[in-house]
Amino acid sequence: MIQDIPIQYFLIVSTTMFFIGVCGFIIRRNLITMLMAIELILNAVNINFVVFNKFLFPHQLQGHFFALIVVAIAAAEASVAIALFINIYRRFTNIEVENISEMKY
Amino acid sequence: MTNYAYTIWIPLIPVFMFLILGLFGMKMKGSLAGILGTLGLLTITVLSYFTAYLYFFKTGEPEGGFQAITAYNIEWLAFTDTLRIHMGVLLDPISVMMLVVITTVSLMVHIYSIGYMKGEQGFQRFFAFLSLFTFSMLGLVIATNIFQMYIFWELVGVSSFLLIGFYYQKPSAVAASKKAFIVTRFADFGFLVGILIVSYFTGTFDFDLLTSGDGNIFQTIGAASFMGVSAITWALLLIFMGGAGKSALFPFHIWLPDAMEGPTPVSALIHAATMVVAGVYLVARMFVVFHFQAPGALEVVGYVGAFTSLFAAVIACTQFDIKRILAFSTLSQIGYMILALGVSEYGDEAGVGYMASMFHLFTHAMFKALLFLGAGSIIHAVHNNDLRNMGNLRKYMPITFITFAIAWLAICGIPPFAGFWSKDEILVAAFEKNKLIFFSSVFVAGLTAFYMSRLFFSVFFGKKQHYHHEPHESPLVMTFPLMFLALASIVAGFVPFHDLITSDGKSFETHLNYSIAIPSVAIAVLGMFIAFLLYYKESKVPDKISKSLGIFYTATLNKFYFDEIYLFVTRKILFNCVSQPIAWFDRHVIDGFMNSIAWAIQKSSFKMRDLQSGQVQQYAFVFVSGAIILVLCFAYWLN
Repeated sequence: MIQDIPIQYFLIVSTTMFFIGVCGFIIRRNLITMLMAIELILNAVNINFVVFNKFLFPHQLQGHFFALIVVAIAAAEASVAIALFINIYRRFTNIEVENISEMKY
Repeated sequence: MTNYAYTIWIPLIPVFMFLILGLFGMKMKGSLAGILGTLGLLTITVLSYFTAYLYFFKTGEPEGGFQAITAYNIEWLAFTDTLRIHMGVLLDPISVMMLVVITTVSLMVHIYSIGYMKGEQGFQRFFAFLSLFTFSMLGLVIATNIFQMYIFWELVGVSSFLLIGFYYQKPSAVAASKKAFIVTRFADFGFLVGILIVSYFTGTFDFDLLTSGDGNIFQTIGAASFMGVSAITWALLLIFMGGAGKSALFPFHIWLPDAMEGPTPVSALIHAATMVVAGVYLVARMFVVFHFQAPGALEVVGYVGAFTSLFAAVIACTQFDIKRILAFSTLSQIGYMILALGVSEYGDEAGVGYMASMFHLFTHAMFKALLFLGAGSIIHAVHNNDLRNMGNLRKYMPITFITFAIAWLAICGIPPFAGFWSKDEILVAAFEKNKLIFFSSVFVAGLTAFYMSRLFFSVFFGKKQHYHHEPHESPLVMTFPLMFLALASIVAGFVPFHDLITSDGKSFETHLNYSIAIPSVAIAVLGMFIAFLLYYKESKVPDKISKSLGIFYTATLNKFYFDEIYLFVTRKILFNCVSQPIAWFDRHVIDGFMNSIAWAIQKSSFKMRDLQSGQVQQYAFVFVSGAIILVLCFAYWLN
């Protein structure tokens, strides 16, 4: 079962996902891609929660539930973000992050 | 012992008047401001006369002469235990006499100004400044210590600046006021240094202690010397430099003729009673110190006075502006007072010079105020200052004519008018001490008679002039002060000064010295007679004489080019060699240093602004890289 797989493998996957997310957030200029990158980061963290719960405290459920809360928050955040993107698109007709500098100064 | 504490109101009323007129003057209609100012001055005139009566006749002269009374004294500033500055009222013969002179002349000038300045713009301002001027001068004469005197001394300078520059839209008036201020201010620098030297060695500012006579207080100073001259002599010479600046003695005389740009009543006030006699008063106040501690300095005082009187009298003979002639005559008369102090000894009959100086100050105040106010009346009628545009005015202005004639006889020294008595005493004092000064003074007496008669005959007699509109006598408000001062010019000579104001406070006997009085009157009459021949009728002789004198005449007409010399020294030498390098240093080195700091900060600020790009991704990048660096650091150190 799952215990047969060593914990390092899970951590390698989640760390890789995390840094893919960070790189995506920093490098990409499209808002939706950036949002997707943020989701990647969140999910990488989720994997960590679940894995550490399973391996270190198998008879407790805090990690699982925290992962569920993160998923719910991520869903809410995604909906708000997409609503903002739609408004931004209506105003500027694109969603490139560099073009939205009106409130900078 | 009479209580004199009320005398504090004598300077306080004018300063309240100044505040009231200065703050609310613009709301006052018509002549109200002038009348208010005059009433204030009338009050203090009455108070001053009352004080003089009490001091000279009620308190009287106890054993050992008139005593100095400190009527009022408060501690004003306390810096350390030894450095304390007081403000107060000191009554002694000369300060009481000055109170009477200042208030009388100032009152007359106030009354006169109501008429003279009527309808002028800034009428209220004028009276506010007059009050300020009177206040400063009163504060100066009643000073209990030399520092209070210095403060009021500067106030006199400021108020004269304000009054000379009264017509501030006229460039020449502005220039004249600045000139007066800068020249006197420059001299005051010497005064301040002198004060500091004296107080450094003696540890006090008080006149009471400084002039107490035994001179113990100066023992510490005795040894100190600089360039072979003792420190006290230096200090007194520097103090005298301040006095010379205010009194317009040579070489600080240049501001006084230009000060004629102010309204004529101001000239009367500055010349007769206030500013220019401040220097004489200062020397008289410090006379004991001068005489006992530094006879050499006193000798310098005498020579400066004698030279100024001669020098100014020569210039006065050639001028055409009537106010300037009077200005140079003031210089000459102030020189007289100073030289009288310079030749005086201390005590009893030997102190006749001191008495004569104060006496001349008193009589001169009366007749010089009268001359100036008379000149103002003439200018008011003719609308011109130039002697050549006047003539035959006696028909039009009888009161001015008669009063001016009295003042003319008084300044020429014709008995029994005031000037004769005081001038005679001065000549007696000079005769006993220094023959050179004596002969120069006698010559000046002749010159004085000549130039005053020239003025008098040219204005009131001389050729018939065609005036644009008929000159007419001034109104009563202007002629009343003339009449009052004419009366004063007649009787002032009979005031027994030798009983009241002497160097040591004790009275002594004086007699008319005929061997001096007769020649001095004779030379005065001679001067008047020459002027009569030249100027009574229209003639070409004066022009011929001035032509034959050639370069000497031109030099005199241009006041021996002193203004030009000063301008040359300041503009060419000081500006080019000192001021401009300093200005360059300031602009390029000091400012440059500051500017480069500002420039560097501005540049780095622009660089730092780029950090705040507003780009989320850039922030995220910095944040993440920071976090990674921290993690690496921790990993490195914790292992």
